[in-house]
Amino acid sequence: MTAGYIEMWRLVAPEVIVVITALCVLSADLAWLRGAEARVRSMVATLLSVAGCAAAIGWILRAPLTVSFGDGVLVLGPVAQHVQIALLALTMLTVLLASGGDFTRHISEYLALMLLATVGMMLLVSTQNLLLIFLALELLSLSLYVLAAFDKRSERSAEAALKYFLFGAISAAFLLFGFSLLYGVSNSTNLGTIANMLHGAPLDPLLLVAIMMTLVGLGFKVAAVPFHFWAPDVYQGAPASSAALIASGSKVAGFFILYQVLVLGLAGAKGSSAWHGYAAGWMPVVAIVAALSMVLGNLVAIAQTSVRRLLAYSAIGHAGYMLLTILAHTNQSFSALLYYAITYALTVLGAFGVVAVVERVTGGDTLAHFAGLSRRAPLVSLCMLVFMLSLAGIPPLAGFFGKFYVFASALNADHELLWLVVLAIAMSAVSLYYYLKVLKSIYVGEPAGEAPVRVPVVQQVVLAVIALGVVVLGCVPSLLLRWL
Amino acid sequence: MLAWTIYISFGGALVLMLLPKGGVRAARVVALLAALAGLAIAVADFARRPSGELVTVVQVSWIRSLGLEYHLAADGISLTLVLLTGIVAVAGVLFSWNIEQRANEFFAFYLALIGGVYGVFLSFDLLLLFVFYEIAIVPKYFLIAIWGSTRREYAAMKLALYSFVGSAMVLIGLIAAYVVAGARTMDLVQLSQFPFPVHFQMWAFPLVFVGFGILAGLWPFHTWAPTGHVAAPTAASMLLAGVVMKLGAYGCLRVAMMLFPRGLDPWGFHVLGLGSWREVFALLALIGIVYGAMVALVQKDFKFVIGYSSVSHMGFVLLGLMTLQQIGLDGAVLQMFSHGVLAGLLFAVVGRMVYDRTHTRDLTELSKMSLGKVLPFAAATFVLAGMASIGLPGFSGFVAELQVLIGTWRSFPVFVVIAGVGIVIGIAYTWRAMQMAFFGASHNSSVGSAAYPPISIPERIAAMLLLAASIVVGLYPQLLLRVIIPALHSPMFDGLWKGGVR
Repeated sequence: MTAGYIEMWRLVAPEVIVVITALCVLSADLAWLRGAEARVRSMVATLLSVAGCAAAIGWILRAPLTVSFGDGVLVLGPVAQHVQIALLALTMLTVLLASGGDFTRHISEYLALMLLATVGMMLLVSTQNLLLIFLALELLSLSLYVLAAFDKRSERSAEAALKYFLFGAISAAFLLFGFSLLYGVSNSTNLGTIANMLHGAPLDPLLLVAIMMTLVGLGFKVAAVPFHFWAPDVYQGAPASSAALIASGSKVAGFFILYQVLVLGLAGAKGSSAWHGYAAGWMPVVAIVAALSMVLGNLVAIAQTSVRRLLAYSAIGHAGYMLLTILAHTNQSFSALLYYAITYALTVLGAFGVVAVVERVTGGDTLAHFAGLSRRAPLVSLCMLVFMLSLAGIPPLAGFFGKFYVFASALNADHELLWLVVLAIAMSAVSLYYYLKVLKSIYVGEPAGEAPVRVPVVQQVVLAVIALGVVVLGCVPSLLLRWL
Repeated sequence: MLAWTIYISFGGALVLMLLPKGGVRAARVVALLAALAGLAIAVADFARRPSGELVTVVQVSWIRSLGLEYHLAADGISLTLVLLTGIVAVAGVLFSWNIEQRANEFFAFYLALIGGVYGVFLSFDLLLLFVFYEIAIVPKYFLIAIWGSTRREYAAMKLALYSFVGSAMVLIGLIAAYVVAGARTMDLVQLSQFPFPVHFQMWAFPLVFVGFGILAGLWPFHTWAPTGHVAAPTAASMLLAGVVMKLGAYGCLRVAMMLFPRGLDPWGFHVLGLGSWREVFALLALIGIVYGAMVALVQKDFKFVIGYSSVSHMGFVLLGLMTLQQIGLDGAVLQMFSHGVLAGLLFAVVGRMVYDRTHTRDLTELSKMSLGKVLPFAAATFVLAGMASIGLPGFSGFVAELQVLIGTWRSFPVFVVIAGVGIVIGIAYTWRAMQMAFFGASHNSSVGSAAYPPISIPERIAAMLLLAASIVVGLYPQLLLRVIIPALHSPMFDGLWKGGVR
């Protein structure tokens, strides 16, 4: 038994490193830096967090694992580990972007919570056990609720967090209910065993209920229609860096686990979403959710004047595109999903970084607040140009290749998905309109003031690195693809 | 060498973005050098090439797991259009010598657009072609939205959305073709040999053709063109009419017709007397010719006349493509070149020589100014360019449109008559615009005659360059046909010539 525990410590070492980092960040601040200047405290906490993430990445790279431990409790392979690295990298960038914020005096608590959320994400991609999935999801969600509420001076932030929490708690209840029914049907919490038990068996009503409940729970996490109502308010109200984490890392982990549960665990109950040839199962449901997400997300985004809300609705649209890969569920489409999710996360992280900069200078995030930014902060504007065009799917940026890969792999897996691919491409044509509106404001609008905007060097560098990453990953996608 | 046209253009754009603000003179020089380098490379390659066979420039694996390649190559058609791009690019920079506001950004977007255009003409991997095609959309938007005139933001957004909807249609066809062919390659040469099922070609062809056709001004999807041209700054409208519309026509030929030739076959039944996509698009092209000309005839705004005339002239390109006759296709490609040069010149006269000086494009107001006396060079240029574009022998327009008409005569005899009507209306609107803008009866000819700055040296050089290109090709069309004809006879176009009933 002791050997088992020691073995387990070794397996979860990266997560342990991050947890210890979180504790260090907290204790360093509480024990020694209480009296220090805010700037010093923020710098120490940021450096510690980044170092911790880097150490965890280093550990994963140094000691790659391929294991299946316990009853699917820990299942790690190269792909899962690379996704963990991506999540850690996203957290690092978020932490660096957050370092410029002045919305709280409790920076160490803030960063510690961010690290705990990251642990949740990392566990989420390394397990195939219903129990651990739920626990990891709760760890992630609870941290995010608090992160969303962290701007105590803002009513919006509190409102956003409360909404997020209420929706989240209900959907967690749904998920738990769904999982318990799944357990009841299959007598196991391991996704692999569940798939075996369901294989060939007729769809009984209990299983259908379980599938629906699970879909509700996970659909909330990825903000797919009709479980998306929290997204615009949270994106708008939460502090920029919290919103960035919710929109980026948590999305990647959410999609990863949604894919695992549906494709791995419920393989026997997929049904069919073919245009003619409907069969009950999760496929038709996911197809409808995907179509609704694309249409609603993109159309409602057109009407937005707040850039944060615009990003939220566009995120709903992007969730629709990503659901296509789940419908295709081949190895190729899984790698397409991961490529898309990771590059999307990177892009949207950068976009929130720019939003944070603009808010600090102009005090708001509506299109009018962005007017003429190109004259006042050329570099930041150029970064935003890259992010928006990538989200719209303009080549040679990462967003274009992601879309191409997702659509090609979906069509390659099943010609019957053509109708969804056509819908997706049509909707991405719509999306160009609202992304261009943002860019129009930045490049064409008249600036409110002449003075150049002073952006801290760290933020400038991070934004430039992210923009460069989006360009490079778009031009040479193999850099990322060979890891997935 | 040809690949450097792309790199130099994008490199120039990057340099311009990094230049310090306010260095207007430096920005112009950098832009001019980049454009000249592109033209020099294009001319050198054109001169060296004995015939129009396909020659690969670069071919390296891009994304191995998906079989995508970075494949640049050029055959006679590409070469002709690259040459056109080079000429128009240089002329465009010279005609924007007076840009002062945010000049760095202007020329950066300008060169990025040029780079994308070169890329489209040189790509022989379908996805790569699409990548460059979309790269060209974004700079157009900013060129119009920032430096444009009349309803610029509306026109820019309209143009961007039309282009993007078109490219979305192309993307659907492109992914479908990739998957149907087995998802192993996007190479145009290999795909053109793949026997796509006829029922697939029957829906993929119109989808992709219309997708590209939107940018080529295919009626009734042309409405972005006049508003876009009018709102754009001079250099941008030169590029829009000169090369960007050619991107669409090139895509129609290179992608839609080359990959899906069976899509042109008869359906086997008739709807309203039309029995195939070929007849449908030929009819749309014809309507474009006549409609564009008639609308141009009644415009009050000088620039709108040229804008609608572009729609009319591009109709000849599309009509030529639909003839599926050797001579008609030759004519279509030649017309792409000819219209590129002439539309560029006409927009330059209207936008730069006249509007930048008089600040009005209203034909009735212009007719009071007797510009023929005040700006004789502008008047002479417009007369020559106008004559060339209505098809006076000796200019490129004549050879091109004649060939298209001969091809049409063989394929759709009735259409020739109607296209002829279009040409006659063309003479009428050109004449009218010329008369009103330059030779209007002046009541008080002494007023304001000396107020305008004279036509500058860069304008003169650029006008000469474009006119020379048109005259050389008009007098000696063999110069281009020597590379165009072998290109159209390459194995890639076999499907087009072999089609069942033709």
